[in-house]
Amino acid sequence: MAIDWQTLWLTLELALVVSVLLQIIGLPISYWIAFSRWRWKFLVEALVGMPIVLPPTVLGFYVLVALGPRSPLGRWWILLTGHTLAFTFSGLVIGSVLYSLPFAVQPVAASFAAVDRKLIAASATLGASPARTFFRVIAPLSLPGLIAGVALSFAHTMGEFGVVLMVGGNIPGVTRTVSIDIYDRVQASDYAGANATALLLLVLCFMLLAVVYGFNRKGWVLHLIE
Amino acid sequence: MSGAAAVPNNRRSGSDAGQRNARLRCSFRKHYEGGTQPFVLGLAFEAAPGFTILFGASGSGKTTLLDCIAGLSTPDSGQISLGQRTLFDSSNGHNLAAAKRNVGYVFQSLALFPHMTVEQNVNYGLSHLTKAERAQRGAAVLDAFHIAHLAKRNVREISGGESQRVALARALVLDPEILLLDEPLAALDAAIKLRIIDDLREWHQSHRVPILYVTHSREEVFALGERAIILDAGRIVAQGTPHEVMMAPLQATVAQLAGFENVLDAVVERVRPECGTMTCRIAGDGGPLVLETPLVRGGVGTALRVGIRAGDILLATCAPVGLSARNVIPGRILSIERRDVIVAARVKCRVEMEVHLTLAARDSLHLAPGIEVWLVIKTHSCHLMQVS
Repeated sequence: MAIDWQTLWLTLELALVVSVLLQIIGLPISYWIAFSRWRWKFLVEALVGMPIVLPPTVLGFYVLVALGPRSPLGRWWILLTGHTLAFTFSGLVIGSVLYSLPFAVQPVAASFAAVDRKLIAASATLGASPARTFFRVIAPLSLPGLIAGVALSFAHTMGEFGVVLMVGGNIPGVTRTVSIDIYDRVQASDYAGANATALLLLVLCFMLLAVVYGFNRKGWVLHLIE
Repeated sequence: MSGAAAVPNNRRSGSDAGQRNARLRCSFRKHYEGGTQPFVLGLAFEAAPGFTILFGASGSGKTTLLDCIAGLSTPDSGQISLGQRTLFDSSNGHNLAAAKRNVGYVFQSLALFPHMTVEQNVNYGLSHLTKAERAQRGAAVLDAFHIAHLAKRNVREISGGESQRVALARALVLDPEILLLDEPLAALDAAIKLRIIDDLREWHQSHRVPILYVTHSREEVFALGERAIILDAGRIVAQGTPHEVMMAPLQATVAQLAGFENVLDAVVERVRPECGTMTCRIAGDGGPLVLETPLVRGGVGTALRVGIRAGDILLATCAPVGLSARNVIPGRILSIERRDVIVAARVKCRVEMEVHLTLAARDSLHLAPGIEVWLVIKTHSCHLMQVS
């Protein structure tokens, strides 16, 4: 009933890389969703939210097709690196970024939008550039949302299954993550091993969510940003 | 106004001293949502250095006006300038960013940054200065507004009056060229209010900039104002000294804007819901005048105001018979005068009414002062207004 540590490290590495990338991609999208007055904005919001309702196999299938050697992206990648994106760690990262995007964007966009517009207006009349307003006013007041965005993208990536299976397959040390490992063990009737691994994932995810909800308690957050 | 290129726009350039004695000139239009219905703010005015009070009901466009001056809202068309500087000009697409207008704005909600101390709030706009200069400027204004002892406190821990002083200090530390105050003292008690106003007056003595002060309190209009502007539904309905503008009855102003030459105080005498009408009594010389009007809410004894357009009244020189109009009132012509292509007759029929006629009607009826006439007014020509 040994835990497959290589699989666990791979999963954590994937979650870490995906969370970092998601912050870089997600922050501008969140800012735009919170503050744009474009009348068709809701279409972008719906697009970003798709992975929440879409079966992971559907998303995984299209990512696989998009990464494959027949698509422009796949061909370009082969030209650049000499191998295909599908069934690699990089391919897994791309699939996971798309799959976890709403979890990075929605809490952050919601907390940006909740910042009192008069504070943003006050900052402007006091001569602050939009960047200064963002870093001194919007971001500090959105700290709970920002923390939730990081933690949820990390936890959600750690727990994904369908997209990983479709895009990455099940290559030990390359694309085999904890959730696939558990599935494999159940298939092989190794219930004790499945249980140990599942328990570990359960505890990790609980700890992460506890941190998120802990930060959302008013006292903590205000104490931190003072 | 000269082109934008010639105007020094950047508040950060040159010395800290802004323009002194600069006049604000506004002339613009802007659509806005005034509570439940869309309004058009359309106005033109100038404000000299000193207090100018903006008075009006909520939804009259006061805050939209301030937002347009501050650059937080963009007018549909027109110009806004401050002394030599153009802030907005739709004719050449010039629209200076809010951050570069050097406008001091104290919001109704104050909008203090809740995650910062008093000192951090006040110094927020001084990021272009060195640390030493910033500390010096900040300390000076904290002193001037008697809040130096609160410097390290979080703004959530201070009282309403103290918060008010912090908001003022934060705006004034930047030496703004104009100060916009949106009902800043509404929530304070009178004693604290007076002390803050004194501090503000003192600051004004050495800075001489236009101060636009929004309020819907009549007392504040008289206490502060050198000039007052009254806004109603996006338009300036009166401006002048507080005394001049506040003594004019507002309801009548609105009624005259709507084109009612005759505005009469009435009391409901009888309601006839089955006919959709009611009768109203209007006090007059030698007994009341009774008018049949459309039915509105409010029972017998309700005080109302009846508006009748002078052009809606018919005039006859002998008692008319067989008419559908329900109000036929005998009277006598007091005066008759030609205004451009119409004739305005003043008729005494217990009350005085103005009636508009054509030149041809005057001539064919041989109308002259002293002649006995009958006024004919349709029920639905009587427009009922609420008495405030």
